[in-house]
Amino acid sequence: MYRTRFSDHLVLILGALFLCTPVVVAFMTSTHTAADIHMNGLSLSWGGHFVETYEKVLTQKGGFTGEITGARMVMNSLILGIGFALGKIVLSMMAAYAIVYFRFPMATLSFWVIFTTLLLPLEVRIMPSYQVMSDLGLLNSYTGLIVPLLASATGTFYFRQFFKSVPEELLEAARIDGAGPFKFFIDILIPISRTMIAAIFIIMFVYGWNQYLWPMLMTTDERFFTLMRGIKSILQVWVGSQIPDYNEAFALAVLAMLPPVAIVVIFQSWFIKGLTESDK
Amino acid sequence: MAAIDISSVGKIYNGGVRAVSDINLDIRDGEFIVLVGPSGCGKSTLLRMVAGLEAISEGKVKIGDRVVNEVEPADRDIAMVFQNYALYPHMSVRQNLEYGLKNRKTPKAEIDERVAEAARMLEIAQYLDRKPRALSGGQRQRVAMGRAIVRKPAVFLFDEPLSNLDAKLRVSMRGEIKRLQRRLGTTSIYVTHDQLEAMTLADRLVVLNGGKIEQVGAPLDVYHTPASTFVASFIGSPAMNLVKGEIHGDRLAIGPGLLSLAGFAPASGAVTVGLRAEDMRLVPAGDNSLPFKVEYAEELGSQRLVHGLIGDQPVTVAVSSEAELASELHLSIDPSRLHFFDAENGKRLAGKAPAATAAPVAGKIQPVA
Amino acid sequence: MAYTTSQPQTGGILSRLGFGARARKPAAQAEEMKRVQFTSPILPYVFLFPQLAVIVIFFYWPSVQALSSSFYIEDPFGFGSTFVGMSNYTDALFSSEYQSIALFTAVFTLLVTFFSLAIGMLLAVKADRIIKGSSTYKTLLIAVYAIAAPVAGLIGMMFFDQHIGTFVKMMSYVGWNMQVGLNYYDTAFAMVVVAVWKQIPYNFIFLLSGLQNVPVSVREAATIDCSSGLRRFWTVTLPLLAPTAFFLLIINVTYALFDTFGLIDVMVKDKPANNPITLVYKVYNDGFRGNDLGGSSAQSVILMIVVFVLTIFQFRFIERRVHYN
Repeated sequence: MYRTRFSDHLVLILGALFLCTPVVVAFMTSTHTAADIHMNGLSLSWGGHFVETYEKVLTQKGGFTGEITGARMVMNSLILGIGFALGKIVLSMMAAYAIVYFRFPMATLSFWVIFTTLLLPLEVRIMPSYQVMSDLGLLNSYTGLIVPLLASATGTFYFRQFFKSVPEELLEAARIDGAGPFKFFIDILIPISRTMIAAIFIIMFVYGWNQYLWPMLMTTDERFFTLMRGIKSILQVWVGSQIPDYNEAFALAVLAMLPPVAIVVIFQSWFIKGLTESDK
Repeated sequence: MAAIDISSVGKIYNGGVRAVSDINLDIRDGEFIVLVGPSGCGKSTLLRMVAGLEAISEGKVKIGDRVVNEVEPADRDIAMVFQNYALYPHMSVRQNLEYGLKNRKTPKAEIDERVAEAARMLEIAQYLDRKPRALSGGQRQRVAMGRAIVRKPAVFLFDEPLSNLDAKLRVSMRGEIKRLQRRLGTTSIYVTHDQLEAMTLADRLVVLNGGKIEQVGAPLDVYHTPASTFVASFIGSPAMNLVKGEIHGDRLAIGPGLLSLAGFAPASGAVTVGLRAEDMRLVPAGDNSLPFKVEYAEELGSQRLVHGLIGDQPVTVAVSSEAELASELHLSIDPSRLHFFDAENGKRLAGKAPAATAAPVAGKIQPVA
Repeated sequence: MAYTTSQPQTGGILSRLGFGARARKPAAQAEEMKRVQFTSPILPYVFLFPQLAVIVIFFYWPSVQALSSSFYIEDPFGFGSTFVGMSNYTDALFSSEYQSIALFTAVFTLLVTFFSLAIGMLLAVKADRIIKGSSTYKTLLIAVYAIAAPVAGLIGMMFFDQHIGTFVKMMSYVGWNMQVGLNYYDTAFAMVVVAVWKQIPYNFIFLLSGLQNVPVSVREAATIDCSSGLRRFWTVTLPLLAPTAFFLLIINVTYALFDTFGLIDVMVKDKPANNPITLVYKVYNDGFRGNDLGGSSAQSVILMIVVFVLTIFQFRFIERRVHYN
């Protein structure tokens, strides 16, 4: 029987402080005025300018063209996150269904064609990807923002693993019950995948929401800026200004990290369960 | 309701692995057939070929008057109960029962009626609106049976349906399956590796080994006249003792022991001798008995299983729990209760030998090493 | 597949593991097939088409282009390109700038991997022992798990800011005049700290779940056999954690190589000249800022090879891991 020692708690408290303090400081500092921050530095206390700062960030038109507000960026981030998550689920469920539940000549080839995408991350092929998008006329569009990110096999593999863990007898029972490929997919497989679909949705949403490099390349038109892209541009404006808008930068950062952090905290048992189950 | 005719059926998997070969089996309408054998003997494969879940590589399967080799499982007029029940986890019990009927476009009123009837029969009416995960193993088993019953199929197929239940429940469900099948009179094929289950359920047993039929017959016939050493060792508990022996004329030598065969000798020379544990008796030392070195005893309450050696061959004997034990006992057996098998291929040798025809000269009998 | 390196932390958790742990050998895929499958001449293709179309257009096409343009030099005015063979590769590999960036990338990767794994391990071991308040600790320790790299970079940058940075002020008391953004080493230090900060929760989650998967009976047996807690950790717990730790090692390497892009981009504030950058950042910088398509493509291909080698390495390991179980 192990007895908890004080040092165990100490280590954990220090770890939690190291990890969480920056986030708390970012939020607290964002409620101070820029001048205040400039004078006194980062802060752990409430600054009292929460409403005005966030209102300004969300509603004031900014950027070079004056066409983009924070709210618009939030919306774009949502569109990217949700669009990406939905697209990923639809495409990868269908592909995984074909690979797992059908016997057909090109099965192995298709598998490898999809599988290979895992070898080369987007970062190493950004230039040519950009050119392809430009050739297709998809720069500055939601399609261009979302669809190319779907060209990876992560979701497909996840669903493939899940489908393979579905007891075979379920398909056999369904076939004896007179269900064909479509009926089985819709009546049985999709309903029993509900939890998995939800988990993947959340994970993919966060992934889409957090995209940085790709939106940065794809969007020059500020109407398509996401929050991540906004962070980049607020920093660009910053260089050379007398008193940078620290408070607004922090507010933007808080907006950008709020959904992912909330999701992880709320759904942490899913995340951890997902880990332990797939580790067996 | 239908008869099933399985003729020359074989299964070869991709890659040339042969799972089943040359199975011929006529199943009468309403009969309860149990396929029994160790794992990998091809019993499940055979069942799945009848169900249509496995393509038939060779031969023909007829259900009723129809060859079903190319017929989809859903159109074969069968229902199947799976080992892990295969209930649809997202559907309520009622929806599970209804699903197959809905897919067949059965009218709503009739679906309701059949579900109600099956639920009554299986005593699951109060669970109809629960999800399978809220049910116990036995209840799930009943739902799985219900799903088969509502279909009113010509054939029930059972794939080890009780092996996920605990021992006690298994016994009671066994009785229930038997009762239901009697009541509905539906032709049934039941797969199990449990010989006791097979014995208690079957009208006829089919013992399979290595993808081939070893023996077909009523449970007691199979028990009393096993067609091979394989069947002999598989059916019955404790398993039949199989020992090496040698027949010389009218006498059988097992290790140091010598038994008179009283005209039952089916052959001469080396044979494999089958001795049921319960057929042997304890006798005082003397002629016509087998010396038995006791190793240990298992108490079963009603009787006692004594494990030991005849010569150097292990043998188990069932004796009454009052019998006195010593380290060395002597056994005797009625010659009509001996089973003889070919020492080479394990096939049964005809029960009664023709009266001592080509018997070699008696008297020069040597103990078999 | 265990790592899709372009994915930020969140994209990975299930997909990385889902493949990394369970589908051990994709090559053995044929044998693991369902016993019963549908057969249909067109349906599987209908289901596969959308995914395959997206992959061909947005993955294979650009990848092939990267490969082919790595052998050309693009005319600066866009009037065509000249075939130059391997010279883009040799230019990259033999330039002292590339070499020093490669060196920095290696050191950066090493430091980030080591510290984030070590701290994650320490926290996981402690959290595993705690009974009271363990869920609170767990929540606090994984809360920042899904923060995007550029956001982490932004927050980190503030802490290391010349005017307002708390960390800079603290360091000035001990006589360290930090100039993040101006001084190469100070910037590198800040980058490592922020990159480690962001990666700890990821390692923590995996290691904690690995620890909790060690069967209670094994722990109890170890407690009976060995009285020293530290020795128990080294001789029993750590070997059982080895598969998880190795898996994390690869993940962390690829994280440091690729996923830190946003962090670095924010922290160098568009002034890569006198600041440390990684190879991926250079691919981006040469391609989009320098308009050197050929050179950038050649560097892409070099990185592809690195990823490829890592993947092969991991597959060999995963095959071995089968024997562990």
